[in-house]
Amino acid sequence: MFNRDRWKEILEVLTSNWFRTILTSFGVFWGILILIILLAAGKGFQNGVMADFGDIATNTMFMWSRNTTKEYMGLPKGRRYNFKLEDVQAIKENVPNLRFISPRNQLGGFQGANNVTRGIHTGAFNVYGDYPEIINQDPMTITSGRFINHSDINEKRKIAIIGEGVKASLYEKGEEVIGTYIKIQGVNFMVIGTYKKKSNDGDGEEGQKQIFVPFTTFSQAFNRADNVGWMAITAQDGNSITSLKERIVSIVKENRKIHPDDKRAVGYFDLYEQFNRVESLFGAMSFIAYFVGILVLLSGVIGVSNIMLIVVKERTKEIGIRRALGEDPWSIKTQILMESIFLTIISGMVGITFGALFIYGVNALLDANGPVDMFLSPSVSLGVVLAALVILIISGLLAGFIPAQSAIKVRPIDALRTE
Amino acid sequence: MIEIKDLHKSYKMGSNSLHVLKGINFSVKDGELVAIMGSSGSGKSTLLNILGMLDEADSGEYTLDGVPIKNLNETKAANYRNKFLGFIFQSFNLINYKTALENVALPLYYQRMGRKQRQEKSLKYLEQVGLKEWSHHLPSELSGGQKQRVAVARAMVGEPKVLLADELTGALDSTTSYEVMDLIQKINDQGNTILVVTHEDDIAHMCKRIVHLRDGVIVKDEKVKQVRASAYV
Repeated sequence: MFNRDRWKEILEVLTSNWFRTILTSFGVFWGILILIILLAAGKGFQNGVMADFGDIATNTMFMWSRNTTKEYMGLPKGRRYNFKLEDVQAIKENVPNLRFISPRNQLGGFQGANNVTRGIHTGAFNVYGDYPEIINQDPMTITSGRFINHSDINEKRKIAIIGEGVKASLYEKGEEVIGTYIKIQGVNFMVIGTYKKKSNDGDGEEGQKQIFVPFTTFSQAFNRADNVGWMAITAQDGNSITSLKERIVSIVKENRKIHPDDKRAVGYFDLYEQFNRVESLFGAMSFIAYFVGILVLLSGVIGVSNIMLIVVKERTKEIGIRRALGEDPWSIKTQILMESIFLTIISGMVGITFGALFIYGVNALLDANGPVDMFLSPSVSLGVVLAALVILIISGLLAGFIPAQSAIKVRPIDALRTE
Repeated sequence: MIEIKDLHKSYKMGSNSLHVLKGINFSVKDGELVAIMGSSGSGKSTLLNILGMLDEADSGEYTLDGVPIKNLNETKAANYRNKFLGFIFQSFNLINYKTALENVALPLYYQRMGRKQRQEKSLKYLEQVGLKEWSHHLPSELSGGQKQRVAVARAMVGEPKVLLADELTGALDSTTSYEVMDLIQKINDQGNTILVVTHEDDIAHMCKRIVHLRDGVIVKDEKVKQVRASAYV
């Protein structure tokens, strides 16, 4: 199959009519180009949306308290309640397979008033009382100093880790930050670290304007007693938080004396479920890309098949001669099939190359003009290219099959008579 | 070499059937040079096609070098054609995008002979027909006589048991015809068995035996005194 004469012949046949060969291969070229571009665009969209999830551990739920909507055990509806530290403990003890539970209290928030001062600078920032584990659930890069540790929690140290955005508003450029003090609602905290969060969309700036202090310090300094405002709960890998959610919520309801059927009292956001929804959306998108791409490719393949039929027709006499000289039908069939596969693969490769160049160009444009919402580094993986190659080989075989069959259907004696 | 017994062949043409060969009995010995003569429609080409395994008889026996030829599938027929037979056609039937050398080498390629060996052997046969210098020319660059000599070399290169020539001088002028016949006679002198189908008397008389065919039966089978083509060249 891989001998020199066969390849020479394939090239001779395909180059004997350049114009026709190029026109034919254009169909396949176009099909594979569309397939690659569709898949890359889908991937770019996916990358963009996934980047919005950032590095947040996706197997996570967030939980906060709301007003109750049902009377229960003598308590009225519309009651405002708080999670307590004992709830955190109860969840830890009763729900297996949890990786992190981070309770959090918060100051400030959306359009909050100025709450932090340093000398003549003031600013409005989100101030969080957190446990050290939060850095695994809402990842940030510590750019100087360190993050909260358990000694800070135990000793209730008055320390703070501030974002690069906070640093920019409270400090002069080039000023030393570590070891200085900031005043949060009248309480002094020593800055022991700065962080930066990765995120490419509109929240980016907001994410840099946060201040983290130890949970215990926060509770004492701002009179939160054993209240907990908010919790981030991450399940261990292999256990989805979605399946544990029910259990967690019911523990909290029991502890806080909330009616078991009160659906609105505990607010939560299941990131994992959302994440899965988005994932399946992208699954559907790449299915559509394959579907459309392959259909376009199919019309190209039919073109190849058509031309191969014409080539076979033109070469009827030659095929007759060769059979008279003793070439067996299988060899002729192989020849036609290989011509068809060769043509498909070459034009497909050109299509893949052009697609890659196109993606490269788009990426260069994106890099030059800064990030675009919901779209990030479109690309196709090696797996996709291999899949495209397999599709090409199969379609080449399909395209060549009917012509090859018709080539050996004519009896040599009839083939010799054609002029 | 060739044994034929009671060969019948008819073609279906719509509702009528045309009985072309009506019981041919005929044998050819090793080293013979036989002309099959007849006007058009006499069945001579059909006979040659059956001998060449390009067509199959309806009934009758055909033995080639002791091998019974019947119920061949295409692969087997191709194999036998390649091993036993060499074809020379009226219209040369060279493959026009291959050089003379590649055309001659084709039967060897189908025998799966190595490339180098194939080229050496083909070149040797091209030399025998006097076209060594033309080995890298395409058929379109050769004259009719040269083309037919390439075809003869191609038919010979596989060292077949029988050479079948169908109107091999039909497309050539008389001088070139005689040159080609001279070549055929020389090949026959080396002991090769050759069958020539022709309707030209002078060509037939350059063979050693003439079989006359008319309306599907052999009417005359005679040994003749061979006229050497070299006398005319």
